[in-house]
Amino acid sequence: MKKSKLNIENLFLLTALFMLLLGLCFGLLATVCYISPHFLKEQLGFISLRPLHVSSALFWIIIGATGCVYGGLKIIGKGEVNPTFAILQWFLWLMAIAGILKSYFNHEFGGREYWEFSPEWALPVVLAWLCFVYNFFRVVRKIKVWPVYVWMWLTGIVFFLFTFLENYLWVFPYFRSHFITDMTLQWKVNGSLVGSWNQIIYGTAFFLMDRMEGSQKVGRSKMAFAMYFLGLFNLMFNWGHHIYTLPTEPFIRYVGYVVSMTEWIFFLRIIYSWRQTLADIQKNYHYFPYRFLMASEFWIFLNMGQALLMSIPAINLYTHGTHVTVAHAMGTTIGINSMILFAACFEFLNQGRTGARSYPKFLRRSFWLLQISLLVFWLSLNLAGIKKALWQMSDNQMSYSRMMDTLHLYFSTFFLAGTGLFISIALVALFLIYSYFSHRTESTS
Amino acid sequence: MIKPVFIFSFLCLSFLIYSAKIYLTPRKFNMEKANNKIERAVKGRLVWQKYNCQSCHQLYGLGGYLGPDLTNLCSDSIRSKAVLKNLVKSGVKQMPAYSLSESELNSLIEFLKSVDATGKADPRLFRITPTGMIERRE
Repeated sequence: MKKSKLNIENLFLLTALFMLLLGLCFGLLATVCYISPHFLKEQLGFISLRPLHVSSALFWIIIGATGCVYGGLKIIGKGEVNPTFAILQWFLWLMAIAGILKSYFNHEFGGREYWEFSPEWALPVVLAWLCFVYNFFRVVRKIKVWPVYVWMWLTGIVFFLFTFLENYLWVFPYFRSHFITDMTLQWKVNGSLVGSWNQIIYGTAFFLMDRMEGSQKVGRSKMAFAMYFLGLFNLMFNWGHHIYTLPTEPFIRYVGYVVSMTEWIFFLRIIYSWRQTLADIQKNYHYFPYRFLMASEFWIFLNMGQALLMSIPAINLYTHGTHVTVAHAMGTTIGINSMILFAACFEFLNQGRTGARSYPKFLRRSFWLLQISLLVFWLSLNLAGIKKALWQMSDNQMSYSRMMDTLHLYFSTFFLAGTGLFISIALVALFLIYSYFSHRTESTS
Repeated sequence: MIKPVFIFSFLCLSFLIYSAKIYLTPRKFNMEKANNKIERAVKGRLVWQKYNCQSCHQLYGLGGYLGPDLTNLCSDSIRSKAVLKNLVKSGVKQMPAYSLSESELNSLIEFLKSVDATGKADPRLFRITPTGMIERRE
């Protein structure tokens, strides 16, 4: 049989899965620091483990999203991507990842939260993204009428580039000399960057739904376009909800508040279509990738409900700066982004059009271990956050250190649930990698 | 039906105008008055990043969750400059002992002083308005 070549989308998805495995290891080690303060303190410490975990997890999402777009373009596009640019993009990512992780191991920082690496490592990321932009437009310019997911991919790709560059405005003294503007910009960027990769990943979810149904019903519906534009509007203007307590211009806070409240439309739509969602789950439960998409719907419901409440300044006053925010960040990256990416990995890497019975029992169990662990993880962080919120609003405050000691039970639960997450996610990721390579070996023998 | 490209372009234009308005904010402040202290504070911000203080500490509730919020550290009369320097050099709990130079330490303290001067981060100092918005108490 003819030897199959490594596809571009699979190259990116496999790299993303590798980053996920690294992110899991660093995340578990960082969690230990919460319950055992001196753990690896002199060797790595929390100051290195946190960025190692965060960057690896972000690269899983960003590189995974890139793989999804390449996979989608191959199916819907009339033209082909330029392989030289795609491989160059991949090498630039490898260079950036190696440099960034090495600098964290050596305690060399210099960037902002979530992007703690020295700014020079942002250069290969930007160049890699430019290769991606070129390849994306090379294919989509030949498509006459774009389905909604192409619009979403375009939005995510363009806005990622814009906001990632905006992320480095602080290197100019003009921007960093005024602390409040500097902080405002930092959180404008963080809000919009998350919105950017969400656009790519939600676009992938629409693409997968169309593909699973074998129609173009979802991707061309007016409702999907309405939701897309509402999402885009929020990506651009809702980030003000991160900085309600920062003494910035009042209009920024009001715009953030008003725009965030438009997300109730998403939330009400989820409730409205709940019955249909349940029927879909029953109909497609046997199809493994679909389970991950449905799991993401559940997590969207929980996290969006939480986000909406946190976007009300009166509630945000309590939750801001507490572990409720961490719960939301973890809930969305694992519950929504990772679930959709897993569905895509099964579809592209595993050629997932087989029934659940074809998958080993451990994988089906891993799916449920993942969901239950994530729920416990999310609840323990929320409870720790609520306790901290009550402390920070109390008139008779104990010291910060003593307050953190009172959260030990929640952090221990968070560690146990984190271990469950580590095991279940690693099993799913390793299965995907193993089944991809074993399939390749079978097809080449 | 309005073509998606028109809505997309309109939103992008609005976003660029909104961004430009924020970029122009520092112009309102007379930067020519920048003196040594401000310069040191700006350097201190880079020290804050170089040693990844944000991994554990917050400013205005933004940052890590292991250590306390440091926005108003400098108005806390209990902690003198000397105590702060010793704390950085010796470390505590998860915080390792840092070997910052004297110049870096002074810049970091100047940065924290400048942050402190921008306002109060204590959530108890806010009141909730009938619209659900929050405002600083006078």
